[in-house]
Amino acid sequence: MFTVLRIRRDLVDAIVAHARRDHPDEACGVIAGPDDGSDRPERFIPMVNAARSPTFYEFDSGDLLKLYREMAANDETPVVIYHSHTATEAYPSRTDIKLAQEPFAHYVLVSTRDADEHEFRSYRIVDGVVTEEPVEVVESYMFANTGSDDVPDA
Amino acid sequence: MAVTVSIPTILRTHTGGEKSVEASGKTVLEVIDDIEARHGGLKARLVKDEKLHRFVNVYVNDEDVRFSGGLDAEVKDGDTVTILPAVAGGAR
Ligand SMILES: [Zn+2]
Repeated sequence: MFTVLRIRRDLVDAIVAHARRDHPDEACGVIAGPDDGSDRPERFIPMVNAARSPTFYEFDSGDLLKLYREMAANDETPVVIYHSHTATEAYPSRTDIKLAQEPFAHYVLVSTRDADEHEFRSYRIVDGVVTEEPVEVVESYMFANTGSDDVPDA
Repeated sequence: MAVTVSIPTILRTHTGGEKSVEASGKTVLEVIDDIEARHGGLKARLVKDEKLHRFVNVYVNDEDVRFSGGLDAEVKDGDTVTILPAVAGGAR
């Protein structure tokens, strides 16, 4: 299955800012989107890393329940699940792979090991198999898949 | 003793795609066993060495059962049991 993460620039910036803010601990969160198969990340939800660790992250169990109830009430799904690596590359670790339990999510990893340059990469993790996918950063989702170039600039 | 059990995406292959199922039991373990009797395979994903798997969260209503007896946590008629895989990982 070929997939791509298509994501708004402001959401990429929000993830990177969160990762920088929590460095050297790992930062984590979700971008929820409509549960209609559109695969469109929309609502940025930074989460507390209950492990408060430079080598581990875990959503707090109470926050997790609230998050999933809220998403269910809004007909949303976790389109993106992100976390940072603060001393290693933005590639899923053995632990990340073993614990990944959302087969339809884009797992985004940000590395903040370099103070100036960050890495921002996206993966599918299904049944222990990691597949990296391209990241397409867009200014807006408005003209998605219209294939038309006669739309005036917004 | 009927309770509603909310099933996460990754385990819906064990419930024929259903997001929630009805079950009965007086404890979390009895509820899991009751579902297991109809939908084989679910229990192995939740229970390991007679304990709740470390990276699966189970809630009775708003309470994480890890803090209220684990698999022995009490379930009452009309309660909602929610199963959610932890969202976790590490750098190693
Ligand atoms: Zn990781």
